[in-house]
Amino acid sequence: MAKRLDLKDVDIYYGKFHAVAGVTLSVPPRSITAFIGPSGCGKSTVLRTLNRMHEVIPGATVDGQVLLDGEDIYATSVDPVSVRRTIGMVFQRPNPFPTMSIRDNVVAGLKLMGVSDKKKLDELAERSLRGANLWNEVKDRLDKPGGGISGGQQQRLCIARAIAVQPDVLLMDEPCSALDPISTLAIEDLMSELKKEYTIVIVTHNMQQAARVSDQTGFFNLRATGEPGKLVEIDDTEKMFSKPSEKATEDYISGRFG
Amino acid sequence: MNDPAVSGTSTGTGLTSAGRGLPDEPNVPEAGAKVPESPQPPAGNTTGTATFTQRGDKIFKAMAVGSGGFIVFLIGAIGLFLLIQALPPLLSNQVNFLTSREFQVSDPADLRFGILDLLLVTIEVSLFALVLAMPTALGIALFLTQYAPPRFARPLAYIVDLLAAVPSIVYGLWGLLVLAPAIAPLAVWLQSNLGFIFVFAEGTAKAEFGSTLFTAGIVLAVMILPIITAITREVFSQTPRTLIEGALALGATRLEVIRYAVFPFGKSGYISASMLGLGRALGETIALTIIVAAVAANFAGSLFSGGASFASKIALAANEFSNPTLTGAYIAAGLMLFVLTFAVNALARTIIARSGAQA
Ligand SMILES: Nc1ncnc2c1ncn2[C@@H]1O[C@H](COP(=O)(O)OP(=O)(O)O)[C@@H](O)[C@H]1O
Ligand SMILES: [Mg+2]
Repeated sequence: MAKRLDLKDVDIYYGKFHAVAGVTLSVPPRSITAFIGPSGCGKSTVLRTLNRMHEVIPGATVDGQVLLDGEDIYATSVDPVSVRRTIGMVFQRPNPFPTMSIRDNVVAGLKLMGVSDKKKLDELAERSLRGANLWNEVKDRLDKPGGGISGGQQQRLCIARAIAVQPDVLLMDEPCSALDPISTLAIEDLMSELKKEYTIVIVTHNMQQAARVSDQTGFFNLRATGEPGKLVEIDDTEKMFSKPSEKATEDYISGRFG
Repeated sequence: MNDPAVSGTSTGTGLTSAGRGLPDEPNVPEAGAKVPESPQPPAGNTTGTATFTQRGDKIFKAMAVGSGGFIVFLIGAIGLFLLIQALPPLLSNQVNFLTSREFQVSDPADLRFGILDLLLVTIEVSLFALVLAMPTALGIALFLTQYAPPRFARPLAYIVDLLAAVPSIVYGLWGLLVLAPAIAPLAVWLQSNLGFIFVFAEGTAKAEFGSTLFTAGIVLAVMILPIITAITREVFSQTPRTLIEGALALGATRLEVIRYAVFPFGKSGYISASMLGLGRALGETIALTIIVAAVAANFAGSLFSGGASFASKIALAANEFSNPTLTGAYIAAGLMLFVLTFAVNALARTIIARSGAQA
């Protein structure tokens, strides 16, 4: 539970296209790390290399090391499927299995891991739904389809699904971008709760969100389209938003805050 | 941009964010670019456009209502035609139309025709074809969409589609001349080893000669395979990327991705494709006419039987349609096929409505 992540000199490609170059950073356990930067600079791409989701795109490859508590998840002996079982992911658009019941959605990952005891699954489903602040809203309709609740609830259902397997790390790619402000608040509160138990990496387009929820912030940028995106700097969130070391960071952040 | 209604479409809207924050810089030019798209048109133009739109709407509505009504009228007219033709012989029928296995119409004064045998043969041979075709089509569709690299998938899909272009007369000849001798050993083996199951029991035709419903069912399966495969493949390939990635991110293997994301998404499409295939099998005529031996004995349920389905019975009698009473008897049988196909369609709709209601 709650492991640390270290990236060492990571280069990421889509076929021949060099999307991200030379990323080195550390994510300490039980903290929230936010990735910010303009669109297309490779934030999602970096995030998806952290649980080996990048390589499901044909031709996509990764160079360098990604260490989970010191173990390289890209070592040849490591099965990507097992990596994805220990590093959870929440996507930009809520994607529960629409016809599957709410309960089955939550325990889908557990079932994939071979847990079949019904009592245990029910217990874990309740715990995860409580953990995702969704229990009270859905406890009376656990057997209703997961596609039948609101977008904000669906996203929290996806978070419940991701934390049900008690992952070492939780990755979130703009988890609030398809949601209304109230659902966004609910999920931000939830992240601060989850931080106590999980290592969280979040991509966000929303600077204020990064400032509010994260402990450290990484700023990605790219010089021109066609060039690889780069990690400009990563530091404590407070420092990044008050006096960043790089001029580019300051420009970007001040541009946002007007 | 708030979008709480999450549809099944794949992502692609990488830029919609800014839950509570300021709009993103990359969004600004887009938002700006949208402004000129809705300029206030000059006042004179506005009324002109509105009138035109209203007239267009009216024309379109008339066309839509008209063609919809025409279809209903056409189906009603066909039904009525069949009914009018079928009624006189039905009234002078000496046996029960629904429960009799006889079909004696040579003497107009003593009509004895019932459709039970035709119904049973039609249903059994079609279901047998469906049982063979459904899993095969599912396997091919999954292989083409989930496993085969696009380079192979496209030509392979094309070949399967080509199966639909083969005329049924060719299927009939192929079934009788090529397939029947080839599967004779299998047929004999099934009969001697699984003969205790009624479908493989000794029937009214010899298993080794191949002019059986068994052969016909296999040919029908090949004939309906392309339509089931094509639709199922299309539906599976539409599975939203977000669903597939959701399953993958939970640590699903390829097979589990199919079980969790692809199949549930495409299930109702697969069922309706199969029902379309079944509809085609129920009405198939020429292949059955060529392959299946005509026999006098009643159908007892074995696939190793001769006999006739609704369609092949009518086709075989087509050159005798000289007097209206006799013709009417066959039309009555055709009417039953109509009803049967209708029932299958209704059934398919219920199944789809039930599984689709949750989606
Ligand atoms: N599936 C893909 N195939 C090819 N190129 C991609 C793919 N996804 C993203 N890219 C490219 O990689 C770069 C980084 O994209 P992405 O990580 O999505 O950026 P961000 O999340 O920061 O907006 C962009 O230039 C984008 O066009
Ligand atoms: Mg992104």
